[in-house]
Amino acid sequence: MDLKDKLVSSFLAFENRVDNDAYVHDVRTDAFKIFEEKGFPTKKDEAWKYTSLNSVLKQDYSLFPKQEDALEYRDVKKYFIHDIDSYKIVFIDGKYSSHLSQTTHDGMDVCLMSAALSKPKYQLVIQNYFNKVATTDSLTSLNTAFSSEGAFIHIPKNKIVEKPIQIVHFSTGNEAATMLQPRNLIVVDENSHVQIIERHQSLTENPVLTNSVTEIFANKRAIVDYYKIQNDNHNASLIDNTFINQKRESHASVHTFSFGGKLTRNNLNFFQNGERIDSTLKGVTIIGDKQHVDHNTLVHHIEPNCESHQDYKGIFDDNATGVFNGKVIVEKEAQKTNAFQANNNILISDKATINTKPQLEIFADDVKCSHGCTIGQLDESAMFYMRSRGIPEKEAKGLLMYAFSNNVLSSVKIPEIKQRITKLIANKLGVNIGFEV
Amino acid sequence: MSKYTEDDLREELKTKEYEYGFYTDIESDTFPVGLNEDIVRAISMKKEEPEWMTEWRLEAFRNWQTMTEPEWANVHYEKPDFQAISYYSAPNKKPKYESLDEVDPELLDTFNKLGISLDEQKKLAGVAMDVVVDSVSVATTFKKTLAEQGIIFCSISEAIKEHPELVKKYIGTVVPKTDNFYAALNSAVFSDGSFCYIPKGVKCPMELSTYFRINQAGTGQFERTLVIADEGSYVSYLEGCTAPSRDENQLHAAVVELIALDDAEIKYSTVQNWFPGNAEGKGGVYNFVTKRGLCEKNAKISWTQVETGSAVTWKYPSCVLKGDNSVGEFYSIAVTNNYQQADTGTKMIHLGKNTKSTIISKGISAGKSQNSYRGLVQIASRAENARNFSQCDSLLMGNECGAHTFPYIEAKNKTAQIEHEATTSKIGEDQIFYCNQRGIDTEKAIALIVNGFSKEVLNKLPMEFAVEAQKLLEISLEGSVG
Repeated sequence: MDLKDKLVSSFLAFENRVDNDAYVHDVRTDAFKIFEEKGFPTKKDEAWKYTSLNSVLKQDYSLFPKQEDALEYRDVKKYFIHDIDSYKIVFIDGKYSSHLSQTTHDGMDVCLMSAALSKPKYQLVIQNYFNKVATTDSLTSLNTAFSSEGAFIHIPKNKIVEKPIQIVHFSTGNEAATMLQPRNLIVVDENSHVQIIERHQSLTENPVLTNSVTEIFANKRAIVDYYKIQNDNHNASLIDNTFINQKRESHASVHTFSFGGKLTRNNLNFFQNGERIDSTLKGVTIIGDKQHVDHNTLVHHIEPNCESHQDYKGIFDDNATGVFNGKVIVEKEAQKTNAFQANNNILISDKATINTKPQLEIFADDVKCSHGCTIGQLDESAMFYMRSRGIPEKEAKGLLMYAFSNNVLSSVKIPEIKQRITKLIANKLGVNIGFEV
Repeated sequence: MSKYTEDDLREELKTKEYEYGFYTDIESDTFPVGLNEDIVRAISMKKEEPEWMTEWRLEAFRNWQTMTEPEWANVHYEKPDFQAISYYSAPNKKPKYESLDEVDPELLDTFNKLGISLDEQKKLAGVAMDVVVDSVSVATTFKKTLAEQGIIFCSISEAIKEHPELVKKYIGTVVPKTDNFYAALNSAVFSDGSFCYIPKGVKCPMELSTYFRINQAGTGQFERTLVIADEGSYVSYLEGCTAPSRDENQLHAAVVELIALDDAEIKYSTVQNWFPGNAEGKGGVYNFVTKRGLCEKNAKISWTQVETGSAVTWKYPSCVLKGDNSVGEFYSIAVTNNYQQADTGTKMIHLGKNTKSTIISKGISAGKSQNSYRGLVQIASRAENARNFSQCDSLLMGNECGAHTFPYIEAKNKTAQIEHEATTSKIGEDQIFYCNQRGIDTEKAIALIVNGFSKEVLNKLPMEFAVEAQKLLEISLEGSVG
């Protein structure tokens, strides 16, 4: 039985088991119909031209893994940004783990999607925001159909959240293969500020497929900083769908650090529904082996006087494949838009591949839009400069590559994350960069 | 063969006189509308083609029947009904011009509007003209000068008859007959076109030029051009298109194949000014063209195009850089106004080592038009030290038009160096103000700025074409000041 059939046959059972009100029930049923009709995307779809899901979909995934609680903090501590105080929402095989988490209802809600979906006091928020910005492509619809658990964060007006929030998904490998579909909803009201770190981590080599959807609403003058750390092991695949709806004068940034995983697909979508909005999309990808990372971004400029900044750097070794498909749409009302997009790539091995497609669709005339895209090698004269000063080749390469990705790191606002990422980069490049940031 | 007698001469003179009277009434010998194997056979028979060519066409036709029209391009139009087109139309008798006076005045008029009478052209650079009225080549000049050098420059139907070995060897090698929907259609029904062969080591002494024109309502034009530059040769080929107003949509599906053998260089320049439809977007030509060149070792192919016409353009002149050290270039200006839609760009396929490609694309959109750049740069895993530079700039006039870029970049070799940049902007108010202040009216100022914007591409055109192109830009953007 292929995965689609399995999903189809288990949908009814799932729907009967979760006890939610009619509103969410309808949303799920509609979404499921869309998925049933569209099926999994294939390479024939323009958006999936360079990424094939075939190898990922052929596994026999368990859709509803058993509950697993025997996970101690000390065993998984290293997967947290542990040297800062933070709220934590932790899931093990898709189920909430209360003993690893630290949630709050004190003046704001940092809690669970399952609670938000079932408790009457959240009904209004759910009806206003749930599935309101997510699109109806097949994978997002699939997630919507099976949405039951994930992080729910609601920051009310005029609140600066002091501590960052970490959302961590562990998979234990108790089942031979697991498919997870977390669903996150983040609502940040006027003038509020929040920082969120998201990570998916499997603890064994058993295959995992995560199809995650995150909806973020940045209301008037809100500031949202989102960090995605993707450093999973070689049998874990991640399809991350993030949708951000911005209201006037809000600032939203998403940094994506992709170092691991078998196949990673990031669908990152920004919708600017208001004036003077600022959107930032940045990413560093360093992969090797047979890894595949695909960044598929969309910035939709709908109203005037907005800005967007995109900067993606990629370093590809061995048989790795990198894909960047960045789309900027400027509607004709969106005059005075400034949209910038840059994608720089380095290929290290002969067998690595990079496919990039920066795409602009512009309907307004008074705009400044540019994109730049390069594929190249490390500068030989810079290498020579360092080697002539006694820096071994490996370290020199490492330093250059670190410098290459530094542009992206410089806008990371949490120093601990910056440090962690620097270490990860050093690890990945196999060198000691020799300085702390 | 019977002897040539005085009677024959008298007979010939009679016909000749008759021929010269043709332009007052071009009687076209037009096939019934529709397309089937019989029509394909009939076209082939009409052209007195050998058996292999008929078979080739039929094979293409059978393939075409299994294909569907491409829909991925960023253009929207009413699909032509391929069974409602007449696939062959030729001026009844084949008159030869001896002087320019005998050319259709309407054609001359269009040329004059652009300030490039054939006369002037001839004087300017000694351009050899292969004027195509509808589908059959009716005049070829300077043939002798070329023949002295061993250069073959004739219509493709003539080439099929007289140089079958060359045609057979190269036709369909760069654009296979099954390449895409329109190329397959063209392969099945192409009526005429140009053929050019430059022998080894010969530098073609003049610019070769062809003027295409559609003058028969409801006739699709299916041109086929084949240019072969043998080892170490050089040729610069100019193609210009003008079309008078027609109300219904006309289909133009041409195929151009360039073959540059070792150390050869081909420069192919196009000025395209088909009827773009009126200000309400009614009518206009559908231009679905497949152009591709193949570069062997150290060869170079350079495409330069100025696209101002056509209601819908679907055109991607490409280079397959097969040989080591080969070079591909693409310089393009695409102007769209009113309801025009253009989806154009290039493909640079790097297969050989040390291959280089340059892409400069300038898009100007005004009115309610949509202008897209779609390009592919592909570096194969064996293409060591491949180098590409691409630049696509768009200029928008008014907020009802759109500019789009769809660059695809695929690199499979670590030594590849690829740069791509694109910008979109409008004409600065300060720039216009500066011109106004110095007594240049806004319309002229825009023409001036657009010329500056397109300079990099205009510079690549042969001189006599550059003059025409500049005028064309001005004409195309007339009334777009808003």
